[in-house]
This record gives sequence, structure tokens and C-alpha cells, in this order.
Amino acid sequence: MKKQNYLFTAIAVTVLFFAACYAQYGLDAYLRRVANLCMIYAIIGLSLQIVNGFCGQFSLGQAGFMAIGAYTVGIFTVPVELRANVFYAVPMNPLIADIQMPVWLALIVGGLLAAFVAFLIGFPVLRLHGDYLAIATLGFSEIIRIVITNAQSFTNGALGIKDIPPLNDARYIFVVCALTYIFVTALINSSYGRAFKAIREDEIAAEAMGIDLFRHKCMAFMFSAFFAGVGGGLYGALLGTVDPKNFLFTLTYNFVLIIVLGGMGSITGSMLGAILVTGGLEFLRVFDEPLEFFGMAIPFFRPGFRMVIFSVLLMVCVLFWRKGIMGTEEFTWDKFKKFVKNPVGYWKGEAHHG
Amino acid sequence: MLKIDNLVVSYGGIEALKGVSLQVPEGKIVTLIGANGAGKSTLLRSIIGLVKAGSGSVTYDDVELLGLNSQKIVEKGITLVPEGRRVFPNLTVAENLQIGAYMRNDKQGIAEDMKKVYDLFPRLEERSWQMAGTLSGGEQQMLAVGRALMSRPKLMMMDEPSLGLAPLVIKDIFSIIERINKQGVTILLIEQNANMALKVADLAYVLETGRITMTGTGKELLENPDVKAAYLGTSKKK
Repeated sequence: MKKQNYLFTAIAVTVLFFAACYAQYGLDAYLRRVANLCMIYAIIGLSLQIVNGFCGQFSLGQAGFMAIGAYTVGIFTVPVELRANVFYAVPMNPLIADIQMPVWLALIVGGLLAAFVAFLIGFPVLRLHGDYLAIATLGFSEIIRIVITNAQSFTNGALGIKDIPPLNDARYIFVVCALTYIFVTALINSSYGRAFKAIREDEIAAEAMGIDLFRHKCMAFMFSAFFAGVGGGLYGALLGTVDPKNFLFTLTYNFVLIIVLGGMGSITGSMLGAILVTGGLEFLRVFDEPLEFFGMAIPFFRPGFRMVIFSVLLMVCVLFWRKGIMGTEEFTWDKFKKFVKNPVGYWKGEAHHG
Repeated sequence: MLKIDNLVVSYGGIEALKGVSLQVPEGKIVTLIGANGAGKSTLLRSIIGLVKAGSGSVTYDDVELLGLNSQKIVEKGITLVPEGRRVFPNLTVAENLQIGAYMRNDKQGIAEDMKKVYDLFPRLEERSWQMAGTLSGGEQQMLAVGRALMSRPKLMMMDEPSLGLAPLVIKDIFSIIERINKQGVTILLIEQNANMALKVADLAYVLETGRITMTGTGKELLENPDVKAAYLGTSKKK
């Protein structure tokens, strides 16, 4: 059974990789951009899932950590000869002016830097609970952004960094996304993952079991920041420019939406959520354009109507699936097989047996 | 095994324990009875390190526990079945048990102990894939006890295992407590259900507003007129 499932997973990953190759060569630039964005949002959704969904600590700091990753990629991958051009107002600090990295290295450095900042922030912040933690992390996310805006010799301040070698390669992003998925799945199924969930469920009972609350919260927070940094780096590289305005705290809400819609505490749910939210927002654009039907202009079809439809769809989703589409369940091959064998019986209540 | 000497614990200036001394000898069932607010739960919580004590000492096999964190204390073989069960509701029964063995690394031993727990509570095995929150109160209490056993404790502390359970279920739980004790686990039991608790106790203490006021074997206290009046009802019928 188990081996067969691994085989299925390997096949699925291969198929998806070919799909990514197809996206790279067969799709037009717009669709490819949407697909890439889906995958990047999935990475960041997963990162938020670690700390919010599994560890139960309501953190809203994702935009700040993304900014750290994006700026690391921005600063270190712009070719040295172009830098004078980018940093035209204030020259780049000589400490870093000559350092250039390949993208993969800049992504890792960005992730590590974000994790390190999370470690520093974690000491004061992770003693808080619930709403207070959310507010504190939100504040730190803004602090990070404002520091970036003002450290002009490093980050070019409010002017942003342009001329980042664009990384518009679906295969590259797919591989990072797959690695993130595999890592997060392994983490959650390890004893650390169980400890995270225990903390989410009941802190006092978890502590009585001998789980070190602070250490685990800090660990979850750092892993979360790491992947948010990597995702942010990819985001910057995909856009080709970074700007502090990209990383306003409102950006975080996209990811909160993704994990709430997908299901708090579900890895496959947040992948699904990322696709639905990113794809949904793009493909509802039809509603933003005026529409004529047999020569009659249909009212409401104007810029902004898309968000109305999207919000209604969200409400419907949340009304029908109180805990998000997947809840805390995961998609597994065993469930899939059961479903294929007996779709009716599956929906009639088989769903909750592992 | 466990020796508490003049333990003082206070919550923001109010003393919950005003110098408690008691002993838990190895292999026995020790019961602590007392009314609400007597400080029973505080005592257990300070033994396992969830609450910081003001002064006094708690020694376990001659090692001072005060000042150690919960992880170290659990490592030494002490475990707490918390008040109100506190199982992890959105995790399966099996996951709950695995978390109980969090401090251990021996996969084989954990699997063996899981089997032992299932032997002790066949009901849990039937429901190993069910979310713990969907279990009945009695089953949750069984799970809380099973989870505590997964850490292979030498001393198991139980905070009101009878809370909110039907009389028949309480009887089951107490017979299981005796079985666990016979397997070599020392038990420190806190109860308001004094009648039941004193019947199983080898040694019993009465805690009143932060002080130990009486001590004796379970039988002695059961027959003590003051205990009868305060905790067992004054009915003359025997």
C-alpha cells in the first residue's frame, strides 16, 4: 500500500513537472505568469500554514519576511555593471556593491535572513497569544518595510530596485514549490509537527507532556519566515523589480485568505487555496470588462465588479465549508482510491476515516 | 520517592499554598482531598513546573525539582493527567498517544507502550482514528490516562479524574488506576470525590486553604469523624 502511494506521488510530481515545462513553452506569457504566481503564493501560503495552521499562533508578519527575501534577491542578483544605474540617487554601500549571487543562492540567503529576523522578533513576540500576537507581528512586518525604505544605500529606498534578471521560468518555480511542499509535509509528520499541533490544541496540556512551548513556537516561526523569504525572493525575481510598496501589510491578507479558504491545518488545502485565490482573481477579470449581449450593455460589468463576485464566492465557500475546503484533512492517495472505488459511499461519511 | 517540604506558592501576592509538606512513597497510591480552592491543583502544577513556587522544596529521588522546567521533570518520569482531561481535540486518538511519548526516542518501545495502552483501554484501540474531541467524557479521560502512560512514568499525578463523569464510569477509572498502580506506577491522586479516592488510597492527606490539616491511611481518614463531616456527608448509615 505504502509503496504504491509513493509511486503515485512520484508519477504525479513528474506529470506536474511536465505540465510546468509545457507552461514554459506552450502557454502565452499571461497564463504563464498566472501559473507562476499560483506556485509562489502556494509557497508563501504553506509558510503561513506552518505557524498559523499547525502551530496555532496567529501571525501576520508574512509581508515583512517576503520583503526581506525579495530585497535579498533584488540587491544581490542585479548585475554589478548595472548597479550604478539602479542606485542613481544614493550610491550602493561599498560593503555589498561588488557582491553578486546566482538566484538560487540569493533565495537561500534571503530565506535564512528572514529566519534570523524571525528569531530576533520571536523573543518578545512569541510570548503573546491570539490577537495580541497578530497585532505585534503585523507591526514588525511594517517595521521591516520601513527599515527597508530608509536604508537607502542598501535597498535604494522608496525608489525600489529594478533590473533584477527576470526569472520567468515555470520549471524553476515548480521545483522550489515542490521542495517546499515536501519539506513542510515531512516537518508536519515528524514529532516536531505533532508537537506543533499539540501546542495549537492545548498549550497547557502540551507543556505537561514535556513539550518546550517557546522553542517549538520559535522554530515554527523561523521555518515560516524562511519559506516566506524564499517565496518573496521568487516574487521579486518574477516581477523583475522590488518596491517597498509591494510589501504593505495588506499583502499578508492574501495568504491568510489562501489558508483560511484551503483549510487551516491542511497542506494540500493551502495548495488548493493558492490556486483558487490567485487563479480566481485573474479569471474573474471578465467581469471587469463591459459586456454586450445582443446589442444591450449589461449593467454592473465595469472595473471593480470582479471583486464583488469574488467576495460573494468567498462567502459562499466559507458558509458551506466552515473550516475551509479541506478543513484539517489532507488529500491522500488512500482516500482518492476509496473515492474512485465508491464515490457515493465516500461522500456519505467514509470521509473521516484515515 | 517524592518529598515536598514546606512548599509555598503564590499567585500575585495571594498565597495558594502556605507551606505544604507531604510524602509520596514509591509504589503507593497517595490521595489528596480538599475543597475547591484548597490548593490541590496548584500543588500538582508546581510539582511539574507549570507554576513557579515561592519557597520550600520538592525533591524526587533526592533531586530538587524546583527551578527545573517541565521538560526536565517529565524526563525524570513524572507525568500529569491534567484537570478536565485536556486531550488534544482535533488530533486522532493515536496522535494524542504519540504526543504523550514526545520525550522518548525509542520507536519500538513507543509501539510496545501503545499496545499496552490499547490492552488497558480496548475502547481506545477501536477509536484510534477518531478525533479525540468526538470521544465521550469517559473515553477522553481514558485517553488522558493513556497519554500520560505513554511517557513511561514512574510517578503519575492525576488531577480530579472523576470530574464530570457518571458514577459507573468513575468506578471503571478507579479500578484502572489501581491496575496501573499494581504495574509499578506510583500515583498521586487529587480528588473531590473523597469517598472513592480514600478507598483506593494507601496514604491520604487533607488539604485546607493551603495547609495540610490531616493525614493517615485511606481507611483511617474514611472513618475519621471530621473528614466524614466535611467531605463524606454526615449520614450515620454505614
